[in-house]
Amino acid sequence: MTEVVATNQTILVVGGGISGMTAALEAAEAGAQVVLVEKRPYLGGRTSQLYKYFPKLCHPTCGLEINQRRAKMNPNLTILTSAEVTGLEGEPGNYTATVKITPTYVNDNCTACGECAKAVEAEFDDEYNYGLSKRKGAYLPHVMAHPMKYVLDPRIIGTDDAQKAKDACKYDAVDLDMQEQEINFPVGAVVWATGWQPYDAAKIQPYGYDRFANVITSVEFERMADPKGPTGGKIVRPSDGKEAKNVAFIQCAGSRDRNHLWHCSRICCMASLKQTHYVVDAYGDDAQVSIYYIDIRAIDRFEDFYANVKAMDNVKFIKSKVASITLNKENGNPVLNGVDTEGYHRYANEHDLVVLAIGMQPSVGLDEFPVEVELNREGFIEPSEKNGGVFPAGCATDALDVNRAVQSATGAALKAIQVINRVAGAEG
Amino acid sequence: MSDLNQRMIEKYRNDFLKEVEANVEEGEWVKMCMQCGVCSGSCPLGKHWAHPPQEIFMMIRAGEREEVLTSDSMWMCTSCYNCIVRCPRELPITHIMHGLATYSKKLGLVPKGQPTATFAEIFWNNMMKKGRVNELKLGLSLYFKDGFGQGIKNAMANQKLGMAMMKAKRMSPAELFGGHGIKDVGGLQKMIKKAQELEDARMKKFD
Repeated sequence: MTEVVATNQTILVVGGGISGMTAALEAAEAGAQVVLVEKRPYLGGRTSQLYKYFPKLCHPTCGLEINQRRAKMNPNLTILTSAEVTGLEGEPGNYTATVKITPTYVNDNCTACGECAKAVEAEFDDEYNYGLSKRKGAYLPHVMAHPMKYVLDPRIIGTDDAQKAKDACKYDAVDLDMQEQEINFPVGAVVWATGWQPYDAAKIQPYGYDRFANVITSVEFERMADPKGPTGGKIVRPSDGKEAKNVAFIQCAGSRDRNHLWHCSRICCMASLKQTHYVVDAYGDDAQVSIYYIDIRAIDRFEDFYANVKAMDNVKFIKSKVASITLNKENGNPVLNGVDTEGYHRYANEHDLVVLAIGMQPSVGLDEFPVEVELNREGFIEPSEKNGGVFPAGCATDALDVNRAVQSATGAALKAIQVINRVAGAEG
Repeated sequence: MSDLNQRMIEKYRNDFLKEVEANVEEGEWVKMCMQCGVCSGSCPLGKHWAHPPQEIFMMIRAGEREEVLTSDSMWMCTSCYNCIVRCPRELPITHIMHGLATYSKKLGLVPKGQPTATFAEIFWNNMMKKGRVNELKLGLSLYFKDGFGQGIKNAMANQKLGMAMMKAKRMSPAELFGGHGIKDVGGLQKMIKKAQELEDARMKKFD
């Protein structure tokens, strides 16, 4: 049974992505007791799935490593992975949190030797790579997973594979009798950092994401560019594995559209400009990139990043929201149809690969919140008295890039510290 | 103010947008267009339009009154509603196109012989006579709109369809002699006349 030592001066951080990690570490390093709850079996969230950051084109793994070190070294921080907050009762300074912990069937003896994965035969879509590759039924979620522990897929429990995994383990780390647990503990304040998820691209019917193999999303493309990703860093077409040199990016795929997401997802323009670098880096002069856009929103100080990409000879900007995608059945090329705004020319352009710059939506649905908070039309949390001692952070508040998410998280941590300090003051 | 100032103001005044907002059905939506082009790209007949909807909206904002109102484009709309369904800002594009067509008709600016406009007029006149559409006469008026010779040719070409419809009692040759109508045709005509007066009174003057 998992024991959590907590009081009404403890801060609960919900979500272990970049925002949650930041809020938890900032609060813990300021001396507060913190419990960090993460639904996935590892920390880092969607940031860990990025290949490079804009604008510096450096690797998120670098910052992730620093944060993981900070987490390991801090005695004030308790981390619960594969855990979800299912309820929160009470008032600021005096909450009781209910947390459900899903079994991973692997205990702390695990040394990440990988013998269990070798023994297990069943394979499943690898969620870390958005289903672009397969992983075993016993797996390490990703190479930098924290905690560095293998996980057994619940779908192999009760099959021969589960026993094979157990038999292969030399450290007695596989525990097939592990049960789901529900625990309760007191907390004084909450930082809510449940983050975002990509919009379901299949809902954008005219783009045929669910019909055409060579139409993918920006998050999938990001995994593809990663040398540790499903294609070993090669930019290729999912349909036939051929090199994808002529790549189109479609902006506002889901965003700024009352039929889908009302809001501008803010990061997608920069993400596509960044991913343009991936294509040009891979294929040099042979690369051909077309960016279809309504208007480029290179927010903040990133205008020069846009200007640099625009100056590249093999990059074209087409001012038009693509109306539909059809398929050239002979070569599997997606054909983009529409009318451009600079001259109103009708086009039907073929590309090797199409990347939908997919919008961000809150990962918790409008009616799925286990706590009482003020939500806006898009499902993001608004600052409000109604939120009490629950302080939203990062992409739970809005579509943000990592930079802004971290700022938001630091602010939320401070607000949470103020609540528990009041509690401490009142109790002397 | 200097002449140059006046000229620049004249160049950028958007009286036509205001006119459209005041006098065209759903015209107040025009300024909401963000020029993404999905309407034009989604229109099944788009390539036959001189100016696709997205361009029409920009022309309205640019004050190209003459070009817009005498255009054939909005008459090309078949009311398939693809544009409305896909518009990211939910502009009622189909309705705006019909509104523009109606307004251009009211001002007498419709291009001569525009088939959709001709059909609309035949349909309206036919319907106003009895308060119901006389389908037989409507069909015949359409056949003969381009002259007697062409009318006979059209009728011969559709002979089989016409006979089948009569056989299935979907159309009656008796309709040719008067045809059935509603109870109080005079009342309907008065109502429509009054409605038109009210509408005309509401129209704002822009010259």
